[in-house]
Amino acid sequence: MSGYIFRRSLLAIPLLLVISFLTFVLNALSPMDPAELVLHAQGVPRITDELITATRTALGMDQPFLIRYLDWLFSCLQLDFGNSYVTGKPVWSMLGPAFLNTLELTILSVVAVIAASIGLGIVCALTEGRWLDKSIRGAAFVLTSMPSYLLAALLVWYFSVKLDWLPTTGKETVQSYILPVSVITISYAGHYFRIVRSAMLMNLNEDYVLFGRACGLPESRITIRLLRNSLQVAVSVFCMAIPIILGSTVVIENLFAWPGLGMLSVKSILSRDFPIIQAYVLVLAAAFVVVNTFSDIINALINPKLRENDL
Amino acid sequence: MSLLQVSDLRIWDGITGNVFVPNSSFELKPGSCLAIVGESGSGKSLTCRAIMKLNKRTIRQSGDILLKGIRLDQLSEKEIGRRRGKQLYLILQNGMRAFDPTSAIGIHLRETLVHHYGWSRSEIVDKMKQAMLMVRLKDPVEIMNKYPHQLSGGMLQRIMIALAIVLEPDIIIADEPTSALDTVSKYEVMEQFVRLRENMGCSMIFVSHDLGIVRKLADEVLVMRNGSIVERGDASVLFSEAEHEYTRFLVSSHTALNEHFKRVTGGPVYVNR
Repeated sequence: MSGYIFRRSLLAIPLLLVISFLTFVLNALSPMDPAELVLHAQGVPRITDELITATRTALGMDQPFLIRYLDWLFSCLQLDFGNSYVTGKPVWSMLGPAFLNTLELTILSVVAVIAASIGLGIVCALTEGRWLDKSIRGAAFVLTSMPSYLLAALLVWYFSVKLDWLPTTGKETVQSYILPVSVITISYAGHYFRIVRSAMLMNLNEDYVLFGRACGLPESRITIRLLRNSLQVAVSVFCMAIPIILGSTVVIENLFAWPGLGMLSVKSILSRDFPIIQAYVLVLAAAFVVVNTFSDIINALINPKLRENDL
Repeated sequence: MSLLQVSDLRIWDGITGNVFVPNSSFELKPGSCLAIVGESGSGKSLTCRAIMKLNKRTIRQSGDILLKGIRLDQLSEKEIGRRRGKQLYLILQNGMRAFDPTSAIGIHLRETLVHHYGWSRSEIVDKMKQAMLMVRLKDPVEIMNKYPHQLSGGMLQRIMIALAIVLEPDIIIADEPTSALDTVSKYEVMEQFVRLRENMGCSMIFVSHDLGIVRKLADEVLVMRNGSIVERGDASVLFSEAEHEYTRFLVSSHTALNEHFKRVTGGPVYVNR
């Protein structure tokens, strides 16, 4: 097992390298001249050609492309993503706290999404075709077909404005978490519980369930087995949900004025602050790879067959 | 007095109303083996599962099922659950799929035995070890630590038989236990069924479409077609002087196949030895 974890982790390294390269290339392809951007942002009144050349040298833009990439890569490894073009502050000092805020929101949401999906999935699978199953699926259909900003607006209107129970925006008290987390949970769990449900139903027809019952095992035992077998599909989906939610908090954060990555990235994109965008993409991509690796390892822990096959 | 008596068993689809088994009645005498033969889709498996009330929820059934004088069809789900495994034991066709793929074989055996008898871990290992050696499984302890995919279909089938030996049910229902196996494993598993019958005097319902095996094992035979029992009788009589055309067809096609096989391989077929 430890061998598998080691091999699987090694596989993540080339993947991360490719991603970092692509991120860098995409930014280099942008038609904007970084030197000009910096000078604009610093409010220099008259931008001369000499000034631009000097700034380019200062930014290291006169170096060949590969050298710039390697320089950037090595500094990234030390969490030095350069300085913001706009504020001149180190990128990490802006990205770090925003990342933590988003991470908090993401982790809370993911826990809620997983708990709700598994719970609803089990209930629906066990009551397949009856009114409870039908009404849960119906409600989920309506809620998930609403765009999340509409759902958020409705919840804010009802719980914050009408009832005045929860704050509308910001991240100050524990109550501030409730609305953003609920919106994310509703829009994702509404999809994911179907995966748990259908996986459970598929397993329900398997012979091992029949044999377990034929041996007289209690239903609780059989449900545990069902869950263990059904979760294999769900684990990969849930693990991929973490970076997806991490990336899609853009809408939620802007709606609730949540000081996280989503807000920061939108601001940076509007002001063409490339170092921050670059770092943002890199951090998200790295999150995808890391979480994907974890999901494979968790699946190997549940499924003995995967452990033996080489990767 | 019969051990199991099934009367007016009717099985239908609760949603579409399709009738699978219109009306069957049969009985099993203590210590005897009743074979149910017939082509796929003739309702053999549904009948077996109906006895244990194990059909899917959408499939409905009616009729009396009397086991040792107790009406199984009137028992609550909880009470019938207590009897499954301990009184009625089902052996499935595909051993590869009968065990939970995510846990070791021993876990299933232990959970089942703890549930019915509350034995300690070492007692269970001892008893299973003996039973597994009886069905010619070497290294029982090692096998119990293995996962289903690490064992062959024939081995898993014999593990199911070993569990039956330990559970000592009143009736073993075997639903085509050899159909998914290759010839060699089939022979090994068959041998164990014959021994179960000879040594333990076990009562058995044996579903198969392999007439060679049925001839070796069964006392009585039911022939099913399209959900109905078209012929019943003593195994020895039925094979030589079948009355129903369909039975004669089954027997003759079996004989013809054997003859062909003999010609091709140039030797006798094991089932006729």
